[in-house]
Amino acid sequence: MFTRHKILLLDDDHELVELYREMLCRLPSQPEIFTATSGARAIALLESQPFSLLISDLNMPKMDGLQVLTIVRRKFPQLRTAVMTSVVDAQFRTRAYAMGIDLFLEKPNTGREINFFIDCIESLLDREADTGGFRGVQSKSLVDIIQLECLSQSSSVLKVTNGSLTGKVWFKNGDLIDAATQDLTGETAFRKILSWNTGNFEILQAEPERKRTIFNSYQGLLLESAQALDEAKGQPPEGGGATGPAESSLARLACFNGVEFVISVSADEEKFESWSAENPEQISQWVRQTIKRFRAFGEGFQAGELNQLEGLGPQCHVALVSLGDTDLCVGFHRSLSQDLVRDTMSKIVIQWAS
Amino acid sequence: MGLLNLLTRRSSSPVLVRLPTGSFTLDPGGRIVASTLPRSFPTARVQQIGALVLSTFQSAREARIPLTELIADYSALKLTARELRGGAIIFLAPR
Repeated sequence: MFTRHKILLLDDDHELVELYREMLCRLPSQPEIFTATSGARAIALLESQPFSLLISDLNMPKMDGLQVLTIVRRKFPQLRTAVMTSVVDAQFRTRAYAMGIDLFLEKPNTGREINFFIDCIESLLDREADTGGFRGVQSKSLVDIIQLECLSQSSSVLKVTNGSLTGKVWFKNGDLIDAATQDLTGETAFRKILSWNTGNFEILQAEPERKRTIFNSYQGLLLESAQALDEAKGQPPEGGGATGPAESSLARLACFNGVEFVISVSADEEKFESWSAENPEQISQWVRQTIKRFRAFGEGFQAGELNQLEGLGPQCHVALVSLGDTDLCVGFHRSLSQDLVRDTMSKIVIQWAS
Repeated sequence: MGLLNLLTRRSSSPVLVRLPTGSFTLDPGGRIVASTLPRSFPTARVQQIGALVLSTFQSAREARIPLTELIADYSALKLTARELRGGAIIFLAPR
């Protein structure tokens, strides 16, 4: 079945985001475009559903692009990443590539640059994600790299990083002598490392004094591991990465345009749930306190029921409503007009209530 | 005398205050600087609204979501408040 790619576009400039969205909609593969105007929201979106590609700006307030990429590389090692920035600096380019990004692009200004940008993104999406590939050697699998080390009679240490996991494989004169990851060592560790589909690797200096714990040939071990992986196919994957939809009820509300964060506060004064908020505890306390005081004011003045409370600010806009025992606070991007905030909020309330 | 007492006895029921139309301005200290609200509307109540609005702006700043405008939508009243250099201008519009 044909599945559309999902692209997440991260830039703090709301107008630019919309412009790039329009550009990306012209891609031949017709991907679904999602947008975020803050790093926190982008990470929350990545956690809520699997994406094919993240395109991030570098220069952003609060959490800059490099910080976002650090988190993304760690949490979602399979995700393809591209940087699109107006900061044309070799140092940033190097740092971004060192983090394992796939593309570093300057923000397009002319028609020709836009076409180039579209071609680059389309080509990135075309790369088959399932085959994996280790960053730095895109078309090579870990098996290829191990074979290369053995066939070239190398003495080295291969360090493999997959999200938060790190493993090492020791070679001595072309023989595989040891492996280690987490609490595992020897063949068990080697099989575990081979099960990682993607990641980063680096070749470290040889450790000749390393004690040998693996005595089987590397060919035999690779064959065995390949068989085990074939058998394991179809089972749910483990480890980091946006492996499947884990949409919470709050994350579903974020599909509305301009939503930056969502917080629901329960009436028992203790619990709250948040999606994408940077300081959920403080905001939830503010929501609880504000709704309580405005409700009391309404009762005291016979002003009737408090339908909604809206706040407009230089950083974001917020809308607060009470639904039964729950107070809901939705943060919107500051570029949204008050009418749009109200309109979107009424749709959110309908979805929340249903 | 008993009859007179009966006729002059004050009612204990709460006084109904009409929801006012108009606006008023507060300085950062919460003092009323200007008002277009009817004189019949008690000053204490105006100050009560002002205190509520100023403390909401203050607590929003503390929660790191600074606000410059606040709209409270009640079924019988719409309250709009705009921040003015620590003070506020507040509009009241009954429905």
